Amino acid sequence: MDTVSNAVHYIFLGAAACFVLGLHLMNHPRTARRGNTLSAMAMAAAIAATVWLVADEGVIDRAGWLVLGTGGLVGAALGLWAAREVRMTAMPQLVSLFNAVGGGAAALIAINDLLQADDPAAIGARVALPGALDIVIGAVTFSGSLIAAGKLQGVVSGAPVVFPGARLLNALLPVSFVVGTVWLVLAPDSRTALYGLTAVALLFGVTMVLPIGGADMPVVIALLNAFTGSAVAMAGFVLDETALIVAGMLVSSSGGILTKLMADAMNRSVANVVVGGFGTGDSAPETAPAGGTPAQVRAVSADDVAVQLAYASKVVLVPGYGLAAAQAQHELGDLAQLLTDHGIDVSYAVHPVAGRMPGHMNVLLAEANVPYTQLKEMEDINPQFPQADVALVVGANDVTNPMARRPGNAISGMPILDVDRAKSVVVIKRSMGHGYAGVDNELYTDPRTGMFFTDAKQGLAQLKSAVREFVG
Amino acid sequence: MNDLDLLTAITVFVLSVLVGVEVISKVPATLHTPLMSGSNAVHGIVVIGAMLIAAESHDWIGWTLAFVAMVFGAMNVVGGYVVTDRMLEMFKARQAVPKPERSATGTREKAEV
Repeated sequence: MDTVSNAVHYIFLGAAACFVLGLHLMNHPRTARRGNTLSAMAMAAAIAATVWLVADEGVIDRAGWLVLGTGGLVGAALGLWAAREVRMTAMPQLVSLFNAVGGGAAALIAINDLLQADDPAAIGARVALPGALDIVIGAVTFSGSLIAAGKLQGVVSGAPVVFPGARLLNALLPVSFVVGTVWLVLAPDSRTALYGLTAVALLFGVTMVLPIGGADMPVVIALLNAFTGSAVAMAGFVLDETALIVAGMLVSSSGGILTKLMADAMNRSVANVVVGGFGTGDSAPETAPAGGTPAQVRAVSADDVAVQLAYASKVVLVPGYGLAAAQAQHELGDLAQLLTDHGIDVSYAVHPVAGRMPGHMNVLLAEANVPYTQLKEMEDINPQFPQADVALVVGANDVTNPMARRPGNAISGMPILDVDRAKSVVVIKRSMGHGYAGVDNELYTDPRTGMFFTDAKQGLAQLKSAVREFVG
Repeated sequence: MNDLDLLTAITVFVLSVLVGVEVISKVPATLHTPLMSGSNAVHGIVVIGAMLIAAESHDWIGWTLAFVAMVFGAMNVVGGYVVTDRMLEMFKARQAVPKPERSATGTREKAEV
């Protein structure tokens, strides 16, 4: 190793340490932004060091510089534009898109490395094996993430898309990965194996994500994030760059942990989600309240609810998927502010799977100027429900269903918010339609529960003006 | 590549997983979206790999693959960090709100818009 190469590798080591520190600083809202900045500066240093290394090695030609420069500028401009323009409700799509490009880039690196080798026949298993894994994981992530982003954006149907033979195909494709990988390791110069493996992996990404419903997206995005990290780490093995291995596996751990947390919070196993076929949260047709409404449901008006809220001393707000879908976070934030100004103790009970990716509801509420000190996680808020005068549920269904505490039904064992333990409950919901688990919510027929049938955004706006009448 | 290098790489691989698990399991659920988006930016380090293959490419196939990889990688890095910063800024702006001296009395200044 010459001096420049040595220096560059020390810079990479420093950058890797900064990535770890940066992620560590993410454990508190106060330091999180500093952590992200530290991580970004480390990345900038690593990129600058790579430019230095490339220039010093002298193998790059003029076309190479052109490719490097224009590609970098075009990508940076696209990324900057997307990051600035994205709405907070569309954040899951953007993260999914970045997963796609990250995985795609990792796969392209392995493909290029295998294609460009001076003596393809001499590529050993040391490069061919991680290369094949990189292509498989990277290509699956690329096409899978694009489909996931399409589903979240509404370009691809959010409902599970199942075609005849899909299950069989999804069982057979992984077998072809094994065959393709072994083939590529035995014959690294085989173009058939290389292109075949890439094509099969791209196809699998599509057929894997298509049957998964919109409500399962928190798990899928976390899983694809873990995949991208692994693909990048494999690219690190191909290029013999430990910086890529470290950074890739950090991301992979993070994605893995979040996948597990999300799956647990939905009472599902990860395998169960990936096999898919249900989870229709995005498109469940809601029936009119008049239709099959059980007699014992008590419907209430905006004024009824406003009186309850205005004379409460402690209110717990329970935002759910319906709130995110109606983009009513600002209305809820305004209502909460109004109550807080009036001296009422307001907190938000946030279930881990509320929203469309891990912690998404917290971001939506932060956007609506909600102080993060009011955001309470499930285990912190549950003991407080018995003291709450009113629990206001906005568009959350399965996560509030007391049936989960009893065995023998679809949601048994699912961690829920103990909304039914509040002194009174108000549910804002468009209809008696089922949540994603497809079971009746016993909370709605509880005598202490009032149902306010309306769209989340309109309902909250009505509540806001009604409450203002009382506290004004 | 000799066996010692492979062994070192695998050691780094395993230790990174453990460090990642240790560091990330302490992040509260409130910050899970910024965490994912921030770790998303970290895997943008793949751009370094793209730069290295751009340097070694000497024909059209190589240049094309390297160009696409560069675009993808750069987009991942820049977009990932910028959007994470945007999200965290919202969390940070709220930080000042609960602090004012009157917060104990139950009234609270309106958050700035």
